Amino acid sequence: MARRWKNTLSENDVTPENVFLNRRQLMAGGAAALGLGSIGGALEAAEGLEPSSYEDITQYNNYYEFGTGKSDPAQNAHLLTTAPWSVKIDGLVDKPGDYAFEDIMKAMTIEERIYRFRCVEAWSMVIPWNGFELADLLAMAGVQSDAKYVAFETALRPDEMPGVRYPVLDWPYVEGLRLDEAMHPLTMMATGIYGKDIPNQNGAPLRLVVPWKYGFKSIKSVVRITLTDKEPPTSWNQANAREYGFYSNVNPEVDHPRWSQASERVVGGGLFSKRVPTLMLNGYADEVGDLYAGMDLSKFF
Amino acid sequence: MSVVDRINGVARKVPTWPLYILGLLPVPWLLYLAQTGALGREPIKELEHELGLIALQLLIAGLTITSLRRYLGLNLIKFRRMIGVLAFTYVALHLLVWVVLDMSLLWGQMWADIWKRPYITVGMAGFLMLLPLAATSNNLSLRKMGAVAWRKLHKLTYIAVLAGGVHFLWLVKGFQMEPILYMGAILFLLALRLPARKVAQRA
Repeated sequence: MARRWKNTLSENDVTPENVFLNRRQLMAGGAAALGLGSIGGALEAAEGLEPSSYEDITQYNNYYEFGTGKSDPAQNAHLLTTAPWSVKIDGLVDKPGDYAFEDIMKAMTIEERIYRFRCVEAWSMVIPWNGFELADLLAMAGVQSDAKYVAFETALRPDEMPGVRYPVLDWPYVEGLRLDEAMHPLTMMATGIYGKDIPNQNGAPLRLVVPWKYGFKSIKSVVRITLTDKEPPTSWNQANAREYGFYSNVNPEVDHPRWSQASERVVGGGLFSKRVPTLMLNGYADEVGDLYAGMDLSKFF
Repeated sequence: MSVVDRINGVARKVPTWPLYILGLLPVPWLLYLAQTGALGREPIKELEHELGLIALQLLIAGLTITSLRRYLGLNLIKFRRMIGVLAFTYVALHLLVWVVLDMSLLWGQMWADIWKRPYITVGMAGFLMLLPLAATSNNLSLRKMGAVAWRKLHKLTYIAVLAGGVHFLWLVKGFQMEPILYMGAILFLLALRLPARKVAQRA
């Protein structure tokens, strides 16, 4: 917990520009270019991180609650009511309760971060997210010292989600992180894309983003966050433990049992788009490699 | 005149060769859709899936011919070769898209995948089984081999179509209905043949 960056923000607090820029350069140095305006643009270019088009990001989605086809979420997710919205934060926290989305937004500092996004199905995008660090939200609720894991849950609304009529997964969708992963400054809750409110098919009104893990770890439309002392169940792991581990870190050396993870295709390149090599921890090894020091990643996949 | 008789009458008059052309029309159509963006944001995967799906549908259609005649008296046997050859063509195109567009000719990774990924192994096995069938789908081969040997060889279709069904079932994530329905149709059509064969053996 030593690396925790404490946020004591009130509505009147604004991150001083120099601090913001410093942090941005820090991130950029390790490939997570924070992009805003011209500086962001320069950093992106240096990193070769060209954001995917808004259409690619919002029309090619996995959100099985709205159907298993890639365009199903864009077609069906308008059915989801995202206001009012609240997130229940409970478990090992000082201030458990239902946190209204507006209150969360008032307390948080929204930044833009351009992250790689790698799906377990071996496709990828680069997404300019807007959002805040998960650590800030957890600090709001006050994490107790015996908490070791964070569990997340997606909304389950059979009336609004045509996909949950089928037992593709054991609904509601649940995910989890180790507390140090959740507290890592790269881990964020996204509330926007390209400066606009995050579209429903991308997980409105707020979703987790863990850029060094396969996309399914970045749970959408979060309604509950629970701090626990035990490793929480996660949906894909429950569906098929042999194929999907709790960690699910992007790792070109550990294949999915049914397909290779050595390469990926960037969505949006058309019919003749070539595969590119997949990077260890999705290119964030310098930032998060320490979290897994000494762990056998082929065992804890 | 019953409906079946009428269909049989029409079927006798319809030539098969234009149907090859009709059956291949989805190929330029899909390529056109891929170019215009109508296949979505990831046209390679979509093209690959569509071609595979058409192949599986044709393989299943080929399986229905015998049962339609046996149980309904519908005689469409003259179209069976065309359906089979088209099915093979679509399987070959599906494979071609995988090799060239999907895998970007990464031979090493493809070779590893064929051995290590069960759904790819099964799919590739199905393709290999279809090769001798496509090669002998002509009158000359039929004459040279003799009807008995030819028919025996072409029973490989049953295993190939099962391979296709398993290939689909095995590649999806989670519990999805579509491949299960296809597999159900395949098993149903294969089951229809079992009792008839037993009866034939007894007689």
